[in-house]
Amino acid sequence: MTNDLMLDIRDLTIHYETDSGVVHAVEGLNLQLGRGESLGFVGETGAGKTTTALGVMRLIPNPPGKIKSGEILFEGEDLLRKSEAEMRKIRGAKIAMIFQDPMTSLNPVMTVDKQIAEMIKLHRSVSEHEALKQAGDMLELVGIRRERMHDYPHQFSGGMKQRVVIAIALACDPALLIADEPTTALDVTIQAQVLELMKKLKERFSASMILITHDLGIVADICDKVAIMYAGRVVEYADKRSLYTNPLHPYTIGLFKSVPDIDEDVDELPVIPGLMPDPMDLPAGCAFHPRCSMAEERCAKERPQMCELEPGHFVACPVRVGGRGPSPSGMLGKA
Amino acid sequence: MDSSKPYIRVENLKKYFSTKRGMLHAVDDVSFEIKRGETLGLVGESGCGKSTLGRCLIRLLDSTSGNVLLQNKDGEGCTDVTKVSAREMKELRKRVQIVFQDPYSCLNPRLSVWELIAEPLIVNSVYRDKAAMRRRIRELMDTVGLAERLENSYPHELDGGRRQRIGIARSLALNPEFIVLDEPVSALDVCIQAQILNLLNSLQKEFNYTYVFISHNLSVVRHVSDRIAVMYLGQIVELSEYKELFTNPLHPYTQALLSAIPLAKLDVQRERIILEGDVPSPIEPPDACRFAGRCRYAQEVCRHGTPPLTEQSPGHFTACHFAGKLEG
Repeated sequence: MTNDLMLDIRDLTIHYETDSGVVHAVEGLNLQLGRGESLGFVGETGAGKTTTALGVMRLIPNPPGKIKSGEILFEGEDLLRKSEAEMRKIRGAKIAMIFQDPMTSLNPVMTVDKQIAEMIKLHRSVSEHEALKQAGDMLELVGIRRERMHDYPHQFSGGMKQRVVIAIALACDPALLIADEPTTALDVTIQAQVLELMKKLKERFSASMILITHDLGIVADICDKVAIMYAGRVVEYADKRSLYTNPLHPYTIGLFKSVPDIDEDVDELPVIPGLMPDPMDLPAGCAFHPRCSMAEERCAKERPQMCELEPGHFVACPVRVGGRGPSPSGMLGKA
Repeated sequence: MDSSKPYIRVENLKKYFSTKRGMLHAVDDVSFEIKRGETLGLVGESGCGKSTLGRCLIRLLDSTSGNVLLQNKDGEGCTDVTKVSAREMKELRKRVQIVFQDPYSCLNPRLSVWELIAEPLIVNSVYRDKAAMRRRIRELMDTVGLAERLENSYPHELDGGRRQRIGIARSLALNPEFIVLDEPVSALDVCIQAQILNLLNSLQKEFNYTYVFISHNLSVVRHVSDRIAVMYLGQIVELSEYKELFTNPLHPYTQALLSAIPLAKLDVQRERIILEGDVPSPIEPPDACRFAGRCRYAQEVCRHGTPPLTEQSPGHFTACHFAGKLEG
């Protein structure tokens, strides 16, 4: 079983130690990702999704960020024990990352073929000529004509720029691709183009993928597994079908219900009362309990543990686990 | 007030910007009507002119040509917003308001919540009596759901949802009739988004506001709108009652747009129409259907002359030569 794991994050804690206090960005996070799987990593702003991804890449800005504890096992080896030189060999070659904003992740004064070739030369011993040729191949693969390889980023539209970023990320055939909100800055029809491309490339490169997003629709489209994150922890983790048909954590249920439906009329959207807790001052016990309609006395005291309620479906909610609680439909109006 | 008369009538509105490379047709010959108390959704992708149109409606931008006829307060006759003098416009501003997209950049960071909400009241010298103004600000904060203890906070201390509530309170301060909501929830997380949508909805029920709701998020627009106008490159390509638009889209662009929405559901059988290429430049567009270059049904006729927005069935307008004759 363990051999099949591409990524195994154990009890990861990342803090930002600022002058005004300690930001608990990630608190004891556990997460597994199998080979060839794609995982949707869902949560609201400030839930710690990007911090987790940067932690895997060992790109947490320090100071103020610090990985306090935990292990990040990538292909069985702990990334947190690697030297900086070893990490440089892994970044880009074995683990690649796509950032949210294609406008700022490309070098504006370098043609796109050179930017792709730079990556290839860094990780493979090939000549400049060969690297540029491969760069052209990569551009064609992501749907940009070879003639445009000598263009600068500003000559491309937003969707095209994101294609270039994807080409750079995939240039060295990484085993793990982390995409941080890759389509959030794009229009919906362009987003559809890019998602279609990512689906196609995922099959071709057979890479594992972590897709960070706040959009449950995108996850439904391209992921196999889903992890829901709240206030620095994963609160629910399951395969897509199980999570979408039977969400268990009260937060997940609330999240699903607050998205307006495309075929159904509702007068008032069901909302989760209150706001995300301040990561400098997380509530004791379950971080969600002050907003939770199912909260019991124990929720304020014990930190909930992940339990496998159904095969492969994990949830960190003692109320739902013990006695299985009332059905989710009773909580926030009709299901 | 006569409810059969339109509250706002927009006639052949155009807004061109002069650029180095020629005239940019941001809004190009747009006509529509809005009834009192109605929400018109305005959807389209970046650069389609929806925000420019919203701004022209309340004259934050001077339009190039065309009319925006706003029904007078007594219900008799109407005023052309595009033609009134600056002094008349100041009076009119009390009736027409806007809520901006980015609650981070539209609030002066050096003013407290209290001062921000007081600003429109002071600018328009609404209250001589300080106590009355105090009561009004408290009332506004209560209406939009801002706790009293926040009145001395500054915008940077608040989250996006609360900042957007300040923006809404400012626009409500002068008791407007008509509010342009320019992407009011796009910068917010889904849970906060739901709270703000519910707030806007309940305010409309209470005060009978007329909304133009601009957004690129189709499921949000569907949730709030009575009718929806779809824009592409400065023009309205389809306009219809909201349910009809989603169940029976006639314009090929609307069809592609609707099929591209990622749905948070499994096992939804639908054909995804992937549009080729990007939106073409709005600078000096040819006199043709603007969508012809990306349309899978385009014929020779589409490349000559702009198809007019015509009524296909009662209340359902579309600008396509082949509307209703297409499969899918």
